[in-house]
Amino acid sequence: MSDMAWTRFGKKKDMPGGLWIKCESCGAMLFRKDFEQKHRVCSSCGYHFTLAARERIELTADPDSFEELWGDVKAYDVLGFVDKMPYGDKLKATKKKTGESDAVVTGFGTIKGIPCGLGVMNFAFLGGSMGMVVGEKLAMLCEAAVEREVPVVLFACSGGARMHEGAVSLMQMAKTCGALTRLNQAGQVSISVLTHPTTGGVTASFASVCDLTVAEPGALIGFAGPRVIATTIKKELPKGFQRSEFLLEKGQVDRIVARSDMRDELGRLLAYATGRDPVAAFQPDDKPDGDKSEAPDGGSPEPEPADGQPKAKAKAKAKAASRAKTSESGPELVIEAEAGAVDATPKPRARRKKKKE
Amino acid sequence: MTQSSAKPAAQDGLAFERPLKELQSKIDELRNLSKDSHLDLSDEIATLEDRLQKQTAEVYSGLSPWERVNVARHADRPMTSDYVQLMLDDFVELHGDRVFGDDAAIVTGLASMDGVRFLLVGHRKGKTVKDRLACNFGCAHPEGYRKALQKMQLAVKMKLPIVSFINTPGAYPGIGAEERGQAAAIAKNILEMFEMPVPIICLVIGEGGSGGALGIGVGDRVGMLENSYYSVISPEGCAAILWKSGDKAPEAAEALKLTGSDLLRLGLVDKVLDEPLGGAHRDQKATVHGVKAQILSWLEELGKLSTEELLAQRYEKFRGMGNPHAPKKARK
Ligand SMILES: [Zn+2]
Repeated sequence: MSDMAWTRFGKKKDMPGGLWIKCESCGAMLFRKDFEQKHRVCSSCGYHFTLAARERIELTADPDSFEELWGDVKAYDVLGFVDKMPYGDKLKATKKKTGESDAVVTGFGTIKGIPCGLGVMNFAFLGGSMGMVVGEKLAMLCEAAVEREVPVVLFACSGGARMHEGAVSLMQMAKTCGALTRLNQAGQVSISVLTHPTTGGVTASFASVCDLTVAEPGALIGFAGPRVIATTIKKELPKGFQRSEFLLEKGQVDRIVARSDMRDELGRLLAYATGRDPVAAFQPDDKPDGDKSEAPDGGSPEPEPADGQPKAKAKAKAKAASRAKTSESGPELVIEAEAGAVDATPKPRARRKKKKE
Repeated sequence: MTQSSAKPAAQDGLAFERPLKELQSKIDELRNLSKDSHLDLSDEIATLEDRLQKQTAEVYSGLSPWERVNVARHADRPMTSDYVQLMLDDFVELHGDRVFGDDAAIVTGLASMDGVRFLLVGHRKGKTVKDRLACNFGCAHPEGYRKALQKMQLAVKMKLPIVSFINTPGAYPGIGAEERGQAAAIAKNILEMFEMPVPIICLVIGEGGSGGALGIGVGDRVGMLENSYYSVISPEGCAAILWKSGDKAPEAAEALKLTGSDLLRLGLVDKVLDEPLGGAHRDQKATVHGVKAQILSWLEELGKLSTEELLAQRYEKFRGMGNPHAPKKARK
């Protein structure tokens, strides 16, 4: 963790406004519009670029289901920290630049009709660094999830702890882990999604101790930054070191899930986590032609349509059964961008209430 | 002064010790002279000793954060092994994480002191060159943190309190450490320590280096020795990232607010333990004595709490650290 060098990642800027964008990984020139539609995944090599928190939520949660909480919690310069400028000024400038109040967006929503808490980190805000606000909001999220009796999904994307808050930021590692123990005691499941990049104090706290850990392909995930390790051991690092696939091989993550499959996979895991039917939950979303009548069921045994449009449960189940395959061999899933996330009119979806025993 | 004398002046955090050392050697000289020549130099010696005392007090009361970091790293500063030797009546070292190996950078064992039994966990830096290499200079690997966890779980079973001595520049950054899940090992310890139903005391005795420190640092009472530091990143690392220059470590140390009094003010530690005049390295026995008294008094205090109270208070303690809802006037 001696390397919380989020500034390095922060430098990798694409050319804003340009028609083309160069892939950070393979160097291919990508047509920006297509690239954005694929939610920042390289069509040439599959490299997953860092995604903004809002876009991530749009891609993951059911349309209009996300209710943001604690969006007004703001950090302050607890140390009086000055490097090139006072931390207070840096915060102001970053807020203005990103339109976010800090490096995590928290709230509640549904994924495939399953209610859950969502905490999504935003790398654009000071390298997604964890300070008092990230720690506090994630702790409140876990505590509120206990109250609401729902699981939480946390998307990690961070260079580590926020140096500008000194040891206060270090203690957020403890605060977030402590909050997860509350969730554990309440029997609620936590899912950590590790995205590029996740290092330092975030990897060494909540992101590594959730019940389930999935990673996006090719993400840099580690404790120390690769540069620090290379300097320490004075050797070149092996190819693929600290990438998701490396972590999978070393037994440190449960699954690698492509961005295009993430929503379905999370729905599937959440179904198992909350006593629902995973087959129904794993159904891909609406077809690109927007055939609303075939919108999949949330999978709950007792459907409670939110939009007053009861769904043909049997039909959905039959459809789900036909798709009962593992993700690896599963059918090509419709990418959310084409299916409706960019559609201005939200599709009606079946929303579920947790079945109380 | 082996390493530090080679450093550039701006970086040499122990430069302030030089006049004290010179004065001390003058006193030693006079003593030898008086012994050899049978001259009575006691007045002169007393004057110099008085001056040394005053100068030491003056220097140590005005240490910069960077100088304090260097005192915390001082080679003669009491380490975990010194506490084991000078403080405990009995110590049964327990090795290994039962899975991968036995990390020398963390020592664990059953300890007894004045009739009080507990499990001791501590970073180990090593005294000799060979030891230091074996201990990776106090930088633990995942197996070190897993060893600590496994032994702490044993303490829970034996209903023994846990005492943790923190003294690490940080967890080891290396290929094997990453392969075996350094981050996950630290995170798991932090998580589990919240739920251990026995009193936990954590003391930063030297370097409190980031996650590597916190990996054995969740407790009911957290204390720091006067000349120790506790930081999210080393001053050198911070300087390299934010100032793009390792030479700016003194500035980074200042900005990070990493001294005991800083952490006490920020509400991150419960107490700063005084060190003997001129730092713990000048009087190991007195330092150990003070630490021992503090541990015994805290254990007695915590022993009065029910398990529910203990765990609830532990949670609230860390839950309240870095509170963005704090009223504005309290911040200024
Ligand atoms: Zn590419």
